[in-house]
Amino acid sequence: MTRVVETGAGDLPPAPVVLKGRRRLHWRRERVVTLMFLAPALIYVLAFYLYPIVFNVIMSVEKYTLKTFVTGEAPFIGLDNFTRLVNHPEFWPAVMNTVWFTIGSLFFQFTLGLLIALFYQHRFPLNSILRALILVPWLAPVLVSGAIWVRLLDQDYGVVNFFIHSLGYQGQISWLTDPHLSLISVLIANIWIGIPFNMVILYGGLQAIPRVLYEAASIDGASAWQRFRYMTWPLLRPVSTVVLLLGLVYTLKVFDVIMSITRGGPADTSQTLNTWAYSLAFTNAFNFGLGAAAGDILLVIVLIFGLLYLRYAYRELRETTR
Amino acid sequence: MQFRTRMASIGAVAVLVAACGGSTATPSAQPTPAGATPGAATPVATPVASVAAAKTITEWDYQSADPQKTQWQKVLDECSATTGITIQRQAIPRDELINKVLLGAQSKQLPNVLRIDNPDLQQIADTGALAPLTDFGVDLTGLYPNLVQAGTYKSKVYGIAPGINGMALFYNKDMFTAAGLQPPTTWAEITSAAKALTKSGVYGMAFSAPATEEGSWQFEPWLWGAGGDLSKLDSAQAVKALQFWTDLVKSGSASKSVVQWTQGDVNDQFVAGKAAMQQNGVWNLSALEKSKINFGIVPIPKPDGGAAPGPMGGEVLTIPVNSDAAASAAAGQVVNCLLSDKEMAAWATLQAYIPSRQSVAAQAVTADPNMKAFVDAAAAELSRTGPPANLGPNYSKVSQPLWTAIQAALSGAKSPQDALTGAQQQAAAALAGS
Repeated sequence: MTRVVETGAGDLPPAPVVLKGRRRLHWRRERVVTLMFLAPALIYVLAFYLYPIVFNVIMSVEKYTLKTFVTGEAPFIGLDNFTRLVNHPEFWPAVMNTVWFTIGSLFFQFTLGLLIALFYQHRFPLNSILRALILVPWLAPVLVSGAIWVRLLDQDYGVVNFFIHSLGYQGQISWLTDPHLSLISVLIANIWIGIPFNMVILYGGLQAIPRVLYEAASIDGASAWQRFRYMTWPLLRPVSTVVLLLGLVYTLKVFDVIMSITRGGPADTSQTLNTWAYSLAFTNAFNFGLGAAAGDILLVIVLIFGLLYLRYAYRELRETTR
Repeated sequence: MQFRTRMASIGAVAVLVAACGGSTATPSAQPTPAGATPGAATPVATPVASVAAAKTITEWDYQSADPQKTQWQKVLDECSATTGITIQRQAIPRDELINKVLLGAQSKQLPNVLRIDNPDLQQIADTGALAPLTDFGVDLTGLYPNLVQAGTYKSKVYGIAPGINGMALFYNKDMFTAAGLQPPTTWAEITSAAKALTKSGVYGMAFSAPATEEGSWQFEPWLWGAGGDLSKLDSAQAVKALQFWTDLVKSGSASKSVVQWTQGDVNDQFVAGKAAMQQNGVWNLSALEKSKINFGIVPIPKPDGGAAPGPMGGEVLTIPVNSDAAASAAAGQVVNCLLSDKEMAAWATLQAYIPSRQSVAAQAVTADPNMKAFVDAAAAELSRTGPPANLGPNYSKVSQPLWTAIQAALSGAKSPQDALTGAQQQAAAALAGS
């Protein structure tokens, strides 16, 4: 694509004054062509990203209800939705659930993913087959995973409780219906789903570290821990940062895992900002303005970390190409 | 080269625009004799009586799973044959229907007949998307008055169901006989029977309290039975009702999973012999009668005996506002056919619903004695949107805090009193914000 533009500009003869008009015309044509090539991407971004986001922001300052769909009227109410949202008894619990869910997911997905990646660094029989199997949670549709976890965690007939029973604990753990456990249950499922992504990227990062470094280190008598602490860890840092930042954004937008396992319940105890925004807008009460306001808050958080990621990626790019 | 590329892309855009711009042609109105059904119930002048009915109409409902899907289709087919009107049906899963209705309302492309759950009716009528049924000559004679009331918004009738439903207590006769117990008639008897019948793998009682309208719906007979109502969720009576449910779960007589179970799950438990009693709806009758379970039915009692009033269930037929008068006239004919004695009886039998016309309901009891408990209770059923609380289009603003409170109490997150106090505050805030 760029070639067309370049040859177009390069073909121009050293311009005599007479040709000036034609040249401008030619230049304008180049611009049009360039824009046409950009247009699909631009239109796509405007229509499918910017428009919904702007629309969401507008909705959050309007009284946007069921009636709006019929009458088209959505009176402007300023920041009313936000005031109501923050004063809602479910607001802070939802925020804290989001924080714990995100920290828990990131920490365990990353640590376990890294451990597994390190493990697969060793050569052993069936290595690649086993590594492919690890990807299953990632490849399975989330709703399927959710349905499986609901069965596994069922208090009366679930495999998890059966296993715990066989270990000698006689009580009955209500994974999905105990208000203190519901968030932990969805967290466990989400960690399980997220491990493969972390493992794959970190494994790739580990592979990129030159072997010779380790050979040199072992000649110098570095222990396994020293090799990890002073070589693997710092050399893996760029990859780790990317994995964690992407993981953060992925975790903040987790919706299907929670919806398919607890629906945010019981009594909203496993509700995150994301699922709560949905329930405000789409279950029964149909308060779209309020739901949009909750969505805005989430959007700002994701945007901050998204920008951080871009800045980081850009800096990395400049460093590597320098 | 460049030129050709450009032409090609312009061409592509043109095709795209053409593809987007094309809209489906509306069926042209063919002259057919209108007013196939005699006698509009209201003296209101029916302006559409002179409009010829269309040949084809559209219909949406949420009966997307079998057996209900085929059962409803059968009735539609019969009415299509009777009226000579082709009915293009779309069965949309319940969760998706409301979104589709909203989008349809926005783009003014709602179906000619829309079948929705009765507590949603007021809310949708309030938006102005529905037309009064009487404008199209729909016959309302002999219907259960509480059904007509549930379908009435600002003194006009917007939705009528061909059949209604209600709940009762189903009990496993074999388990009761083995334990030497009588079917319960008071709350205390339910508690003691549930306790006596709970053993390894079997819960004495099963009900459904998920975080959806189903949770509020199942709780309402107990709430109303105790003398409470939806206008004051934290009344002593409401707390008493929630305490009763909470104690059943706390004592282990009912599973903690009730906060997750849908009514379908509850019936599965009962059919599998994992529950000695279940609170469930009449629509389970046909499946239960085919199962091996030897069951009996008693009304849901008030605390000290006597049948508690239950919420009225059922899906109402509505006619959305439409600029195509011919299509709406045809919709009126179809709705009238669906509400005729013959079709009502046929469908109610298939679905195990209570026919909406009292004379037809009486015949249903003769056909299936198991229907008696439900038909007896039907006349006393309360509309969730109607009196005593008269919430109308605001029902959902109270129902949502209520089911959240039920979940909080049953899961042990809060005491029934605290949960309901919070729910009342939330409901009040939601109502004030409307």
